[in-house]
Amino acid sequence: MVNPTNTPSTGISGQDNPGGLSGWLYPQKNRMFILMTLAVIAMLIPLVSNNYGLEVMTNVWFYVMLCLGLNIVVGYAGLLDLGYAAFFAVGAYTTGILTSQFGVNFWLTIPVAVCVSACAGLIIGGPTLRLRSDYLAIVTLGFGEIVRIIARNLEITGGASGLIGIERPTIFGFQLNQIIHFYYVFLILAILACFVSYRLQHSRLGRAWQYVREDEDAAEAMGINRVAVKLYAYVIGAIFGGVAGCFFAAKMTAISPETFMFQQSVLILLGVVLGGMGKIPGVIIGAFALVLFPEVFRGLGSMRMLVFAVVMLIIMLYRPEGIWPAKKS
Amino acid sequence: MSIQDILLQQLANGLILGSFYALVALGYTMVYGIIKLLNFAHGDLYMLGSFVGFIILSFLSTYIGDGWAGILCSMVLSMIAVGLLGVLIQRIAYVPMLSAPRLSILITALAVSMVLYNGVMALTDGQYLAFPTDLSYEGFDLGNVFITNTQIILVGASFILMIVLYLFVHKTLYGKAMRAIAIDQDACRLMGINVNKIIALTFFIGTSLAAAAGIMAGTYYGSIHFFMGFVIGLKAFTAAVIGGIGSIPGAMLGGLLLGLLESFGTQIPFIGTEWKDVFSFSILILLLVFKPTGILGKTEIERM
Repeated sequence: MVNPTNTPSTGISGQDNPGGLSGWLYPQKNRMFILMTLAVIAMLIPLVSNNYGLEVMTNVWFYVMLCLGLNIVVGYAGLLDLGYAAFFAVGAYTTGILTSQFGVNFWLTIPVAVCVSACAGLIIGGPTLRLRSDYLAIVTLGFGEIVRIIARNLEITGGASGLIGIERPTIFGFQLNQIIHFYYVFLILAILACFVSYRLQHSRLGRAWQYVREDEDAAEAMGINRVAVKLYAYVIGAIFGGVAGCFFAAKMTAISPETFMFQQSVLILLGVVLGGMGKIPGVIIGAFALVLFPEVFRGLGSMRMLVFAVVMLIIMLYRPEGIWPAKKS
Repeated sequence: MSIQDILLQQLANGLILGSFYALVALGYTMVYGIIKLLNFAHGDLYMLGSFVGFIILSFLSTYIGDGWAGILCSMVLSMIAVGLLGVLIQRIAYVPMLSAPRLSILITALAVSMVLYNGVMALTDGQYLAFPTDLSYEGFDLGNVFITNTQIILVGASFILMIVLYLFVHKTLYGKAMRAIAIDQDACRLMGINVNKIIALTFFIGTSLAAAAGIMAGTYYGSIHFFMGFVIGLKAFTAAVIGGIGSIPGAMLGGLLLGLLESFGTQIPFIGTEWKDVFSFSILILLLVFKPTGILGKTEIERM
């Protein structure tokens, strides 16, 4: 058994930090209280928000899920993945094809999408995870492009115009068709993603990821099978992306290959890096920044992506660990 | 068209595509060889080269015309301007990150790339710009194959650039210093080589070659776009890996080989032009998996 206090933790923990604001923040009881308050606020947002606000917030939860998925690959295992949109595309297209062309029930497509995206993770990760990190980045980038081009060229994926008429899911005879329904769906997904990430981070596998990230050779010397551990990270990250893709397809009812361009992968990566790699609250902040920044600076027009990029560069230069970095133990 | 004609036509297409790839790949390989950095912004510097060339050529065309003289002048000026920008980027973004973890410097490079292409996108509103040249369509027939003078001049120019680079790296003292730094930076410092200066010089040369390729591509295709650097950056990296990353002759060989493979690949049944990119990225992935050292690369022994 591992003593919980010895667990290398990158989350908010550490009973050894009393006094002041941090002392108030750290105890288990207060943390639960804060989390509950935040969850209640998130649930109550639809009461005070208009449809535009809801749309934006739904988008936030959606990116929270994607960023947490990529965080497993980049933050926990330290592998740079520049083709994450590919897994998101695999999930979305699995749901899209099965519902619109074969009439399969939406909920049944989720397990299929999980399997398909896990397989995609295995196929691309299996042979390439032995490579050095910069080669891996390029391979994943190439893979992302391959998936997008395949989606654009095949007939079953609807070609360049994509798939339309994906059926909205029903639950107990109740059809999800309003933005508020999807708000709650994505909120639940985001909370689930947080929970799974948290549990993974503090599991045996999570610690193995940390060792591999910090020193691959030392980890291997300690008996960690580094390729297997990295592959786990890759596949689990892929599943996160795949599931997010399923719900994305259901929400949009139409998907096209241009949604899954390289910029999408970069955007998700920015969410992870901006907030603080490897730390759940940091990643959530990153996802918020990612969605809200372009909305707030809508007035800048075509300059806003430039401003965003410059901010990104400055953060990398002055705070390479992100806005709210993981604590080094 | 007979089969020979098709092959000849593809040979011509492949050579010109390959020489663009080779020029961009050289920058990747030089920077990688000397500081082990995968410069994601390199493709964008190629794009920037063509835009700077566009601006200079628009000014110059009233004085010296938009023929080859104008293109040559704007190419030289754009190579210098973009080369200096490359050095600036290296100073601002990469020097402070050299001791940081590899992931951080890769993401910084990615951020630089985003700044560059978003900047150009904001300035041009994402429009395609017509490259302001007026070149004749003269050329000569080889059977059913028509090869324009433009194609020959561009291939010739890129070969001249590559030969000059080769001579520079292998025959001058600066080139010797570059090769030495790639082997052991600390030893070079002890030998009195100004390492930072040589690294900056490497960035300058690599970037200006990409800018040259950018202008040539603008001349050849006739239009430029803020996102033109992305795919070629990826392809040029593939080319650098095919040849063995870090090796200068390897990048030239890899670029030409990839260009030829791509243009012949479009002639294979079931691989039409729409699958061209899948074809070359698959080559990249297979190559990295089975022979990551490439054709001319050396196996690196990792010391702990």
